[in-house]
Amino acid sequence: MAVEGIDGRGRVRRRAGMRLWLSGLWLALVALVALLAPWIAPKDPLMQDLFLGRMPPFWTPGAEPGFWLGTDSLGRDVLSRIIHGARVAMTVALVAGTITALIGATLGLMAGFLRGWVDLVISRMIDIWMAFPPVLFSILLIAVLGPGLTSIIIAIVVIDWTRFARVVRAEAMAQGAMDYVASARVAGRGRIGTMLVEIGPNVLPTIAVLLTLEMGIAVIVEAILSFVNLSISTDDPTWGGMIAEGRASVHQAWWVLVFPLVTLFLTVLAFSQLGEGLKDRFDPVLR
Amino acid sequence: MDDLYQVSDLRLSLADMTAKPLFGTAPRLEILKGLSFTIPKGEVVGIVGGSGSGKSTLGRAMVRLLEPSGGSIRFAGTDITHLDETALRPLRRRFQMIFQDPMSSLNPRHTVNRLIGAPLALHGFDGIAARVDRALDHVGLPRSFKARFPHELSGGQRQRVGIARAIAMEPEFILADEIVSGLDVSSQAQVLNLLEQLVRDLGLTLAFISHDLSVIRRLCARTIVLHHGEIVENRPTADLFAAPAAAYTRDLLEAIPLPDPGQVWD
Repeated sequence: MAVEGIDGRGRVRRRAGMRLWLSGLWLALVALVALLAPWIAPKDPLMQDLFLGRMPPFWTPGAEPGFWLGTDSLGRDVLSRIIHGARVAMTVALVAGTITALIGATLGLMAGFLRGWVDLVISRMIDIWMAFPPVLFSILLIAVLGPGLTSIIIAIVVIDWTRFARVVRAEAMAQGAMDYVASARVAGRGRIGTMLVEIGPNVLPTIAVLLTLEMGIAVIVEAILSFVNLSISTDDPTWGGMIAEGRASVHQAWWVLVFPLVTLFLTVLAFSQLGEGLKDRFDPVLR
Repeated sequence: MDDLYQVSDLRLSLADMTAKPLFGTAPRLEILKGLSFTIPKGEVVGIVGGSGSGKSTLGRAMVRLLEPSGGSIRFAGTDITHLDETALRPLRRRFQMIFQDPMSSLNPRHTVNRLIGAPLALHGFDGIAARVDRALDHVGLPRSFKARFPHELSGGQRQRVGIARAIAMEPEFILADEIVSGLDVSSQAQVLNLLEQLVRDLGLTLAFISHDLSVIRRLCARTIVLHHGEIVENRPTADLFAAPAAAYTRDLLEAIPLPDPGQVWD
């Protein structure tokens, strides 16, 4: 037991960084707000009142009590709309991000580790896929599928799986050249088993980092599609839709544009910072 | 049937991708050029040679990480030269390998317990937990190390885990590929002591690949000297050191730094 006394490598732990905390906190807040939207939103997000149009936020003179972040030109409460908009944003981020990661990472792992004709087929598919301009591709897809939440998710998955496939393929190739793969073979583990049990855990940090980035991208894509009115119906408030409406009246009522924009910005930033933080956290060698 | 390994006219060539023309196939690069030798049960054989002599390639062919392009390798009477992975799997337990770099040959995401235990589970051993404990005892690591990851170990400790992983399988043969070249001198000595003791206690047959003749001299009863993919000497180690026959062996011997510059091997 003396050996344990003289070296403390087993006890080295690294603190979670500030950015992991801050980004995690913000995302937890947004997720919670999205989950509880009907109960915590102060007003009905669709309720219009033309007498209360373009009311400024609470700290400015002329603010209407109860409308904390002001109202848009139709008199709808901006705060309530942001809260309800979080539902669409979070749904798209989680569902589209996860499905994209699953499909892309699986194909990338197979291409990078199994090589041969599997790699040939998947790599060619990636090349062809990436030749399409993504924005036009998504607009085309939405036009074919019809607007709606499902269509947005399908569009994101169909377009962005290559992001995972490319990176995971490269990572799996690098890992496949390591001696622990040869060692697994000497131990009698099969190809598929090696791919899942040996390589899999080693590409997981890469996938996790990409996944958080992808969630941020999914939020942006949804906002872009809402901005050009190709997202879900205007009955449901979305951040992108609010930004589009706010843009029209930015000189009379800046708050209609700025608040959803800041929320969107913080959320996407939080996702990418979470990814960076997780990368540090996951990598046992960097620890 | 006293020979565990019978290697005859072993040839191995790989495609030379650097010389590949734009169209057409790459030329083959001969790495092993017809090697023949046997390893009797219970013997410790050293395989030496400079870089590029083919010693690691030979080792990897012997545990069938590489497929030879000619000749044959018989292990315990079975021809394993061209067996496919499925047919090899039941045999794999019987010839194990310890790798040069324990950092890359131990999966960084698996605990020591899993590193030693998972191969056992693959081959249907029973009482795996007890076997892992025993393997750790054998290599002189505390049992509490089971929960550690490779990065939580020192270089010497990692190499001990590599050894434990190999001996836990109760193999008949172990290939040790440059296993001390990445370690500092005191860890080297400890790992070599351990290996010597294991060979004695477990009756292992061992092939020890090294570029360092002083390590070979200490451990191996017989030495095979490789040069450019050919065997230049295959003799008892004591003879080899006393009267090196090939010019290349003399070069290797002279490359060993001695405590006294005037001293010669005797």
